[in-house]
Parts: sequence; C-alpha cells; structure tokens
Amino acid sequence: MATARQRSTAARREAWAFHLFISPWIIGFIVFTLFPVLASLALSFTKYNIAQPPVWIGLKNYRNAVTVDPTFFLALRVTWTYALASIPLQLVLGLIIALMLNADIPLVSVWRTLYYLPSVLSGVAVAVLWALIFHPSSGILNNLLAIFGIKGPLWLFSKQWALPALIIMSLWGVGGSMIIYLSALQGVPTTLYEAATIDGAGAWRRFWNVTLPMITPVLLFNLIMGIISTLQSFTSAFVMTQGGPEGATLFFGLKLYYTAFRDIRMGYASMMAWVLFIIILVLTMAVVKSSSAWVYYEGTLKR
Amino acid sequence: MSDSTMSTAHHAAIRKAAGDNPRPRWHQGKKASRLISKTLIMLMLFAGVVVIMIPFVWMISVSLMNAAEIYAVPPKWIPSKFLWRNYYQAVTTIPFMLLLRNSLYIVIGRLVGTLLTASLAAYGFARLRAPDSNWLFAVVLATMMLPSSVTLIPQFILFAKLGWVNTFKPLIVPAWFGGGAYNIFLLRQFFMTIPLDYDDAARIDGCGHFRIWWQIILPLSAPALATVTIFNIMYSWNDFMGPLIYLRSMTESTLALGLYFFRGAYNPDWNELMAISVLLILPMVAMFFFAQRLFIQGVVISGVKG
Repeated sequence: MATARQRSTAARREAWAFHLFISPWIIGFIVFTLFPVLASLALSFTKYNIAQPPVWIGLKNYRNAVTVDPTFFLALRVTWTYALASIPLQLVLGLIIALMLNADIPLVSVWRTLYYLPSVLSGVAVAVLWALIFHPSSGILNNLLAIFGIKGPLWLFSKQWALPALIIMSLWGVGGSMIIYLSALQGVPTTLYEAATIDGAGAWRRFWNVTLPMITPVLLFNLIMGIISTLQSFTSAFVMTQGGPEGATLFFGLKLYYTAFRDIRMGYASMMAWVLFIIILVLTMAVVKSSSAWVYYEGTLKR
Repeated sequence: MSDSTMSTAHHAAIRKAAGDNPRPRWHQGKKASRLISKTLIMLMLFAGVVVIMIPFVWMISVSLMNAAEIYAVPPKWIPSKFLWRNYYQAVTTIPFMLLLRNSLYIVIGRLVGTLLTASLAAYGFARLRAPDSNWLFAVVLATMMLPSSVTLIPQFILFAKLGWVNTFKPLIVPAWFGGGAYNIFLLRQFFMTIPLDYDDAARIDGCGHFRIWWQIILPLSAPALATVTIFNIMYSWNDFMGPLIYLRSMTESTLALGLYFFRGAYNPDWNELMAISVLLILPMVAMFFFAQRLFIQGVVISGVKG
C-alpha cells in the first residue's frame, strides 16, 4: 500500500519520464512549428530579402495584395475554382467506386489495387506523364479523340482548358479516397441493412438513409483533409504550366513559391502564407460547424 | 441493439407466415436482378480500370518507342522495336547513380529519425501519465491539420542562416524531432492496444520505461511500424518541394528533382523523359505490390479512425 508521498513521488517520476520521451517532439514542435508559425506572422508585416535585415512596414503587404498586386485575386480565384471542382468530384467518384467495390463482387482486391496504384506515385513523374498525355499533338488524349473525329483543345497551352486539364489529372488519384471510403463502408453493420430491408427500403433508400449517414464521419475527415491539401496545390502547376497560360493555373501555392524563392520577397510571401492559413482555418471551422447538421456519430446526430 | 433483435424476430415471423419456405418465389426474381446489377458493376469497374491504366501503359510504351512513333494517329500502343537504348541514354545523361544515392540517403535518414522519435513520443502519450499530457496530445493533433506553407518560409530562413542550404540536413533533421504528428498519432493508437500486462511483467523484472519501449513495445508493434515505414519511404521518395527548395545543385539533388532538371536542362525527347519517369516510379510500384496490405491498413487507420 503506497503512502500518499510515495504515490506522488511515483507520479512525479512518471511525469518526468513522460517529458523525457516526448522531448524530441517538443523541441521539434517549438523549433520547426511554433516558432515558424509566429515568425511568419511577424514577417508578414515586414519587407525582407534575407540579405538585409527585415524592415517593418506594417500592413503594407496586406494592402498591396488587395490594391496593387495584379495576380493576388487571380491566384485566389484559380485555387478556389480548382478546389471547388476537384474536391467534390474526388469525393463523389471515390465514393461511387467504393460502393461498387463493396457490392460483393469477385476480385475486390485486384480492383482495389489497380485503382489505388496511381496515388502512390511521385508528383513530378505524374506531372511529366500527364504533360505528355495532354500534349496537343503528341499526347494520347488528343490522338484518341481524333479517332472519334474530335479535334482536342490545346489543353495546357489553352487559357480555357489548362485548369480543367489539371482537374482531370487530379482525378487519376481517386483511389486514395476510394480506399478510405471502402473501409468505412465495410464497417457499416449489416443488421442496419437487414432492418431497412424488412421495413421495405429499396436500394436507393438503403443508401441514402443507412449507408450515407453511417459514413459521414469519414466524409467529414476527408473533406477537411482535402480542403487543406488542395488549397496548397503546387507541384503539378509548377512542373506542367508554371502558372500559365496567362495565369490560368496560377495556384496560390505556386505564386507563394515564386514570391519567396524567385523574387526573394519573404515578407510578402509570409503575408500570403498567413492569408492562406486564415482561409483554410475559416473553411475548416465552417465545415466542422456545419457537421452537426449532417454528421452522424455512432448512428446518431450529434447536436 | 434492440433494433436488431426486433428485426430478426420480425424476419422470423415473416418466414413462418410464408410457411418457412427458404426461397419464396419473389426471392428468385430478386436473385436474377442482383446478378444483373453485379455484372453491370463489374463492367463499369472494368471500364474504369482500363481508363486508369491507360496512362501507365502509355508511359511504358513511350519510354520504349522511337521519337516519331509517339505522334502516331491512331496511337500506337506497342512500339515496333523496343528501344531499351532510351533507358541507357536517360541514365547516362543525368548522374543517375548519384541522384539515386542522394534519394536513398534522405529516405533512410528520415526513416530512422521518424521511427525512433515518433515511437518515443507515442510511447510517452500512450503509457505515461502527466498533468499536461492531454493538452500536449491535442497540440499533436492540431499540428496534423497545419498547412505546411505557413511554416515553409521561416524554416527556410532558419536553415539558410545555419548554412544548411544545398545539404540534406533540412530534409533529414526535422524528422529526428518528432517525425511527424501523423506518425505519433498512429503509433500511439496502436501502442494503446498492447495489453499492459506485458509492461507490468517487464517492470517486475526490473525494466525501466526505456527498456520497456525498446524491448517490449517496439517488437510488438511491428505492423504499425511497418505501416509508418512504408508511408515515410513513399513520402521521402516522392518529395519534390523540399528538395526543390533546399537542394540547389545537380550533385545534391534527389531523383525526383533530377527528373525536373533533366527536362529543363536537356530538353529531351518524350521517350527519354518517360524512361526516367518509369525508373522513378518503379520502386514505389514494387513496394506497393509487395506491401499492399500495409498501405491500405495505414490509409484506413488514419482516414477511417482519424
């Protein structure tokens, strides 16, 4: 029977051990996360090119973005359009494929493997491959369309088609979300389906009133992670279009990269990073707030 | 729970009323329609798979073609002659072995750091109690959602001031300080499923926490560690923006970066470009095929339980 003093010493020793075990993470968090987040906020109020010390300019960066910068709103619009198109498409497509794979068909693991495969590939290799596919003359897409007598557009060289091309390309990786949905679907208890069938529910009713509500937590998580990653898209635009033609694919993340590492305007770039951060934060909170209306935890709506 | 018992009772009542016929006639019609819908689904899946596989097949075909055949209409799927020479050319134009060595160096450096520090932190969060452990773990979770662009620039400035630009250090060192919130989360969840009896037994034998972590928890966590390994390797191998920002010369570049430079500096034909791309994705494809279950398991744990 430990005395109170012995217990508190033991507790103190355990707390000490705890801090020791997480110390690499704590150091990493402070140095590589906390400090940079605060520093980039501070930098956003400065003019800084690394060679010379930062110069405090207050809200000038923020003001310039809204008034003087010709591509600030363009980049926001491009990124927003891309996200608005590709996030729902990926979600719906991934869900549809997962539903098909969940329908008690043979060779599920083969289908699953093949659909998931594109998601494990390197962003650069994928970008280069799709640059070839979308090439107006040597690309297989236009050559295939030519078989049907359709003259394909200039894709990455066309102001109208460049962004749609990137959206199409993003759907190649739909297997990533499909796998998650498939697993969620497999977790829906069959008793619920049985009960619904007994009550006379047809296939659509079963989907809408049983399947969908039961997987809403996973949908929520994927939606949030999708927002966070899509709004920061960089590699495909960087490798394939460099933001063109005429800014049609100037993703915000790309513009941020150019501002920081080509123009060496660290203050302005930090401002951009924080604007993006705020946007992502607001969107995420909005989604989470709305989730009480459509997400079912443990089969009940959390109010 | 009461729902299901009611429905099974309900179901049993229906069956009894139908005279306990195991397959009433309306069921047979249903069976046929189910077969039709399954076939339909298989066809759609097959069509989808064909569309998904086209880019792969095309990539490999082009890598073995001569430059003129790429432009053929209708597209030529099988090259008339398999030009393995394209691969030889691509691999000798860029310092392939050097780039490969750099990539491996970074992959392994990151992997070891991640496995060690993430599992240490995960052990702390899973097994050790302290007054601030709960809110610290909330911080871990919060960092999982932090967009990387907001830490990008100050991190770069820090490493630039340290003189670490054009070295591997900025890419490897952070992994030794926590190894990523995702991994800590994943490992902590797994550690929590290991029964405390093992810890207790070890403690009776005089093991301190470190030995428990090293000799009990880690060996028992092989599946979770394998999953973290797979994803870490994939992330490091495919990483483009990190090397792009920190590695400034061809001799320090990774393979992924090398592909990008190759395209810009040499303006190669598509076939050589595809050859390099195939070589770049080959290890990941191979790893995926051998470790499929770990991939899927990992995606599921973070996506479904997250």
